[in-house]
Amino acid sequence: MKHLVKAGIVALGLGAVAHSAWAQGDCAAGKTLTDGVLTIATGNPAYFPWVIDDAPETGKGFEAAVALEIARRMGFEGDAVKWVRTSFDEAIQPGAKNFDFNIQQYSITPERDEFIDFSAPYYTAAQSVVVRKPAVDAGATATVDSLKSLKWGAVESTTSPGLIQELISPDADMLLYNDVADSVEALKAGQVDAIMLDLPSALFTAAVLLDDGVVLGQFETGGDSPDELGLVFEEGNPLRDCANEAIAAMKADGTLKAIEAEWLQDATGVPVIK
Amino acid sequence: MGAPDRQAAPAGAGAAGREFGPSRRELRERRERRRSLLIAAVSTALTIAAIVILVPMTPGWERVQKAFFNEGVFLKTFPKLLDAFWLDVAMFLWCAPLIALWGLVLALMRDARSPALYPLKLFAILYSDLFRGVPVILVIYLIGFGIPGLGLPRPWNSPYIWGTVALVLSYSAYVAEVYRAGIESIHESQRAAAVSLGLSHGDVMRFVVLPQAIRRVIPAAMNNLISLQKDVALVSFIGPVEIFRQAGVYKSLYANFTPYVGAALIFLVVTVPATRAVDRMIARQQRRQS
Amino acid sequence: MKLEITDLWKKFGANVVCKGIDLAVNEGEMVCLIGASGSGKSTLLRCINLLEPVDDGRILLDGLEITDPEQDPQPIRQRIGMVFQSYNLFPHMTALENVLLAPRRITGRSRAELRPMAEALFERFNLADRMTHYPDQMSGGQQQRVAIIRALAMKPEVMLFDEVTSALDPELVGEVLDVLRALKAEGMTMILATHEMGFAREVADKVCFLDAGRILEEGPPEQLFERPREARTAEFLSRVL
Repeated sequence: MKHLVKAGIVALGLGAVAHSAWAQGDCAAGKTLTDGVLTIATGNPAYFPWVIDDAPETGKGFEAAVALEIARRMGFEGDAVKWVRTSFDEAIQPGAKNFDFNIQQYSITPERDEFIDFSAPYYTAAQSVVVRKPAVDAGATATVDSLKSLKWGAVESTTSPGLIQELISPDADMLLYNDVADSVEALKAGQVDAIMLDLPSALFTAAVLLDDGVVLGQFETGGDSPDELGLVFEEGNPLRDCANEAIAAMKADGTLKAIEAEWLQDATGVPVIK
Repeated sequence: MGAPDRQAAPAGAGAAGREFGPSRRELRERRERRRSLLIAAVSTALTIAAIVILVPMTPGWERVQKAFFNEGVFLKTFPKLLDAFWLDVAMFLWCAPLIALWGLVLALMRDARSPALYPLKLFAILYSDLFRGVPVILVIYLIGFGIPGLGLPRPWNSPYIWGTVALVLSYSAYVAEVYRAGIESIHESQRAAAVSLGLSHGDVMRFVVLPQAIRRVIPAAMNNLISLQKDVALVSFIGPVEIFRQAGVYKSLYANFTPYVGAALIFLVVTVPATRAVDRMIARQQRRQS
Repeated sequence: MKLEITDLWKKFGANVVCKGIDLAVNEGEMVCLIGASGSGKSTLLRCINLLEPVDDGRILLDGLEITDPEQDPQPIRQRIGMVFQSYNLFPHMTALENVLLAPRRITGRSRAELRPMAEALFERFNLADRMTHYPDQMSGGQQQRVAIIRALAMKPEVMLFDEVTSALDPELVGEVLDVLRALKAEGMTMILATHEMGFAREVADKVCFLDAGRILEEGPPEQLFERPREARTAEFLSRVL
């Protein structure tokens, strides 16, 4: 029944869009929330270096640039791209979505994949460890043994809590927070010694949010469970295939690498944790 | 059918002389009770049937069921949620007596009658305004991050300590008001009788007013404890991984809300009997007073 | 002179309740205060017990000015017992606990030490079988007698009774009045605010008629009841007798 309805809508959409198809790639035609417009969601607020100055429409920042490039390749440019903001939860709530895809560092996991759809990865984020200088002075190093003895904090809605357990399994219970800001506050208050963040966020946190922050190290991205970021779609959304086409093309012609180099250049030079 | 009746009557009636069967009024009331029971049962059954049949027919039901009532996720996460719930229980157990104590101190400050103690009274009034006026979650954030941020060394900056402090500060403001209502409900003549015996003000409070006041406010105070049982989950905002946070971790891991439903179930198992018990206590007290 | 009151004034806001009361009570005397409700009888008793601060005038107990603002009221109240119209027993304590509370707290002695004294009082007033009862398990007359025992347990020098039979069912009034007679026979100094004219006439040494905050007339009962000097006294008596 549901499929029939959907098919009907698609058929109608195809008919309606037939004459305006010149503006879009054939793939995305009629599959968007609003005809002729691609609605992209990101975080509220969206952070450096993913989005610069919380203004994704400028295309500044890694995710802003990636999203606009994907949009362009699907045939949406300028006014045809609309930005909305959502929390993490909104993206996975049941019911109608107010976006075509959502981009805010969603790690692709098999568990999540059962309930929402991910695009192909557009970035492989190394998980990394942020500490404050006193911890380094006290002898913390980029080794798993050393990290075990630290008091750990992480953000609940990320994959970090699981990774901390899996990669480090610290001696003390970890503390979990609602967002990066809260976990950084706990780091400042000395309630935790270390927090785990993806490398770009970690660099920003250590440099900007903390006076004495240090990115102690990063985990290798090639391991068993690389933290790959993907776009989030409502389950079964046909638009995903179009986005995957665009991402594949961007990888093939080096565009993605170029965007990464432009916005995430600091990511090199952080020691790998052994 | 007639014979046993005749035999039973003299045995049961004995010296009383005449055996009274149910009166016509009683019979009528019995009939009516049966009828209303039947109506209640049928209407309840119809309502439940309507929900069970109609809700799954809504277009979003499949998605909602998958996201909120997922058996696989439920079975995988429930045991760990139960484990995490013990932290809630523990926090409740150490908060409740502290709240009862500090609330009492505040109520006594507020009851201070001597002018020399006016600063205490003023403090208690401002305190109650402040902490009843600010949402508990804000108090937890401000105290939980703010005070450790002053540079306390471990373990004195623990979120468990300052989360407890925040809950105690907030809840004691409410509980103090409950005590105060109890203290004020004790008739002035009780104080007069005690004072006329030559008892000190402290003794009057301790032996005459408080024992009666506290007995009177136990049900109201219990209502506060039930909401405390739910609000200890707010301490998770500053780090501790209790049931609400554990459910959040699973929600992120599985991109699924079923763990929240599991957590809600666990809370209900505790709070529903507690609420019922308090309701019964209040009803009993009202019967006694009337 | 056991108790001496001179020019006592007491007001509640703009309402002046006692307007210059003078009263002298000798050791062992029973003084009855009569008068309409609101004439100031209860307030006068409460002032003597220091439950209300006076606005002007003095009260002397054995020559000591107890209305002196510097005077600590607690030891004075211990010397003056008071019984109330509505008994005011502590409902959460047994009769015995009601009686023992003040002696325990003030003398610092233990229950065991004080119990024989309390038991003797219960025996004397025929309440030995009610010691472990709670107030709501006793009749009004029994409660009021426990209240009297409670006051007596502090071994007061003066007893004040504020309409102690007014809340009782008529058939229970007698048992309480019997207690008062017994105390009088022992030589207790007592002041009663009462509506029991027959009792006042029978037992009182002196009767005072209060009207609008003043003692309008005082004298021995036979004189005051038979030959009142003031027209208002006569009028009041004609209404209540």
